[in-house]
Amino acid sequence: MLFLRQEAYFYFMNHLAQIGSYFLMLREVFKKPTKWRIMKTLILKEIDELIYGSLGIIIFISFFIGAVVAIQTALNLTNPLIPRNLIGFATRQSVILEFAPTFVSIIMAGKVGSYITSSIGTMRVTEQIDALEVMGVNSLNYLVFPKIIAMLFYPFAIAISMYVGIFGGWLAGVFGGFLTSADFVTGLTLEFKPFHIVYAFIKTLIFAFVIATIPSFHGYFMKGGALEVGKASTTSFVWTSVVIIILNYILTQLLLG
Amino acid sequence: MIEVSNIHKSFGDAHVLKGISTHFDTGKTNLVIGQSGSGKTVFLKCLLGLFTPEEGSISYDGKIYSELSGDEKRDLRQEMGMVFQGSALFDSMTVAGNVKFPLEMFTKQSVSEMEDRVDVVLKRVNLIDAHQKYPSEISGGMQKRVAIARAIVMNPQYLFCDEPNSGLDPKTAILIDNLIKEITEEYDITTVINTHDMNSVMEIGEKIIFLKDGLKEWEGTKNEIFKTDNEAVTNFVYSSELFKKVRQMYIEERN
Repeated sequence: MLFLRQEAYFYFMNHLAQIGSYFLMLREVFKKPTKWRIMKTLILKEIDELIYGSLGIIIFISFFIGAVVAIQTALNLTNPLIPRNLIGFATRQSVILEFAPTFVSIIMAGKVGSYITSSIGTMRVTEQIDALEVMGVNSLNYLVFPKIIAMLFYPFAIAISMYVGIFGGWLAGVFGGFLTSADFVTGLTLEFKPFHIVYAFIKTLIFAFVIATIPSFHGYFMKGGALEVGKASTTSFVWTSVVIIILNYILTQLLLG
Repeated sequence: MIEVSNIHKSFGDAHVLKGISTHFDTGKTNLVIGQSGSGKTVFLKCLLGLFTPEEGSISYDGKIYSELSGDEKRDLRQEMGMVFQGSALFDSMTVAGNVKFPLEMFTKQSVSEMEDRVDVVLKRVNLIDAHQKYPSEISGGMQKRVAIARAIVMNPQYLFCDEPNSGLDPKTAILIDNLIKEITEEYDITTVINTHDMNSVMEIGEKIIFLKDGLKEWEGTKNEIFKTDNEAVTNFVYSSELFKKVRQMYIEERN
């Protein structure tokens, strides 16, 4: 029993120390900035890698998720008293409130997060980060700051995701014979609250920061060789997802509760 | 000149450096030798400012590192060049991009001035044709030469090399050794090289310190290493048959 209590204590303290290191890292990221001439190029490169490079998968997933939500809603509407335009309403609410900002962010934690962890981790293993430090470069600012700025463009990707998701729902609903196009559009505009869009984008921006920084932390502070780079990528995906899920709950309670 | 005074460094319970004092002269190639685990890399990382010793001090031409402010430390680091064991070239940049990187970061030179300087140092390491190649497209020896070019592009006062010829064939290793020695003399810099390659010791070891279990066991020149009676040094230096024969010949010649 005592052994278990000690194990739990060490486990807790270890994670507390990790959280502390994460916030210390964030402080370093914003210290001693890299020259703007170089930073500008790095930011554009990261926008290309992290945002533009992810649009394909975001569009693909959003389209099918929207379509599936529409079909599932339609198949569950067995009561003839419930209007068919509810399919459009449910698709809009599901896609805007959860699927686009949260579900896509979990996917991005895997796609973008593992890319960030493995690229920074490989630089650590091959001493490239040591080389930056020896030269007098603030390696955290050089490596992490451009990723944070690039991820500020993430809400644009989520806006596309919302549009494509709803389009997928419309296509599946109308061409699947579940409702008419007019019914779907009526459902889409039914009790529309603009704040829901604001809520979705607030979540998206916070998730973007999480997706940029947690994987960077796991890559930057990893120890070992190639095998550990793989392990760090997996750990970073798990923790990024966990933090997104917890923050999603907190933000929903705070903003909509 | 770099002066090291009684430095100690530990990691948890492991006391890696147990009080090392020495000095490295300007314009000379100083070698740090010792078996794996003797503390060579930790010692070099202390010299580079990547590790902070718990005790003792390191001074660079009179500037004591631990007494410098954060900005002064960064300025001093810009006077240091480092050649890493695995070269540590940035994969996403070309050879020219790697060499130009410190200039872009720390100087206000125009693009043409930077390109001229890159040409000069790449010519110095005989790599002018590799300009637009990526590190993955060139050999290990060429990567080492790019790393040397990157290390000297800012005209450093101090050059540090960690196992500069590990993984290279003997001919290329000698080429790299000679290049480092020539650059040290040409630029009049303080060079410290971590190695356990005895060919390097015999070729370029103007001053050698031998580390054992975190302590300085012996120090001298390449000529003195032949004569030493220190058992730890002789066991290390003459562990190969070739060097045993060389020493035997030397002793016979002397007698």
